[in-house]
Amino acid sequence: MVAFILAALAVSVLCAALVSPFASSRPDGLERVAEDEGFSDAATVGAIQARSPVADYSVIGLGDDRWATGAAGLIGTLLVFGVVVLGGVVLRRIALFRADL
Amino acid sequence: MHIPDGFVSDPVAIVGAATSVAVIGYAVVRCGRDLDERRVPLVGATAAFIFAMQMLNFPVAGGTSGHFLGAALAAILLGPWLGAVVMAVVLVVQALVFADGGVTALGVAILNMAVIATLVVGVLSRLVRAVVPPTRAGLLGVAAAGAWLSVMAAALATAVELGMSGTVPYGTVLPAMLGVHAVIGVGEAMITVAALSTVLATRPDLIDGGDRVQAGGQAAVAR
Repeated sequence: MVAFILAALAVSVLCAALVSPFASSRPDGLERVAEDEGFSDAATVGAIQARSPVADYSVIGLGDDRWATGAAGLIGTLLVFGVVVLGGVVLRRIALFRADL
Repeated sequence: MHIPDGFVSDPVAIVGAATSVAVIGYAVVRCGRDLDERRVPLVGATAAFIFAMQMLNFPVAGGTSGHFLGAALAAILLGPWLGAVVMAVVLVVQALVFADGGVTALGVAILNMAVIATLVVGVLSRLVRAVVPPTRAGLLGVAAAGAWLSVMAAALATAVELGMSGTVPYGTVLPAMLGVHAVIGVGEAMITVAALSTVLATRPDLIDGGDRVQAGGQAAVAR
């Protein structure tokens, strides 16, 4: 199990850090439809969102290039892993606690 | 389909958020009860994989790109309810940390990509798999169809919400969204099948019924 999880994490981190900088930068399906049909200007970005150091998958301070994207991918992948694992453990502990009551 | 703020009207955003909170809230409680703590790292790895793969946009026709969604993969590996929770967590992190998708529109995004795509398709897939023979081809076939369907379902829901919000006419947005996502869905199916094939080959016990598929396949070869 440990080997499998480490392998899965390794693949994920490699993809997010090393492959993502080379991913297509074309607009995705929804963005493209929005541009074509003229409602892409309706989009707004919240002030708090815009202040994130990794907004738009680009780490501030690393320039606007592949390193910035790759670093954001690395951070995000590990962050998601951490959040879900932590959340899962907490959830399970809460459920056990409630079962004991 | 990470909907930016401003694309959906306030009523649509509110209804989407309320529905998502209710469904995902229920899913969280349900999963907490049934979750085996030893599976938690696996759940985390699945979430990490989905997040990473979502960053890999691939070009599709006409100056557009698509990216992996992961709803079908999450549903098949984790079950529809835990899969939905994982998708929701990924979406929340993407919106709050990476400004990918709006915050007021987050409820709608979760409804489309975590609830509709994962839950509905996940439950449907389970039903179909109960009648399809437990072979490798059967499982992967259902996965491919479920993957394509999940993307189309999410695209349909998004288009309907954009129409309901008055952002764009239904007659325009429905064919546009369904058209481009019919192509993107093929990519989704391919990546889902590739990921599942790998799991089947290494740890079939991690898939619902994967053990039977592995055993069935080997028995067929032995004959």
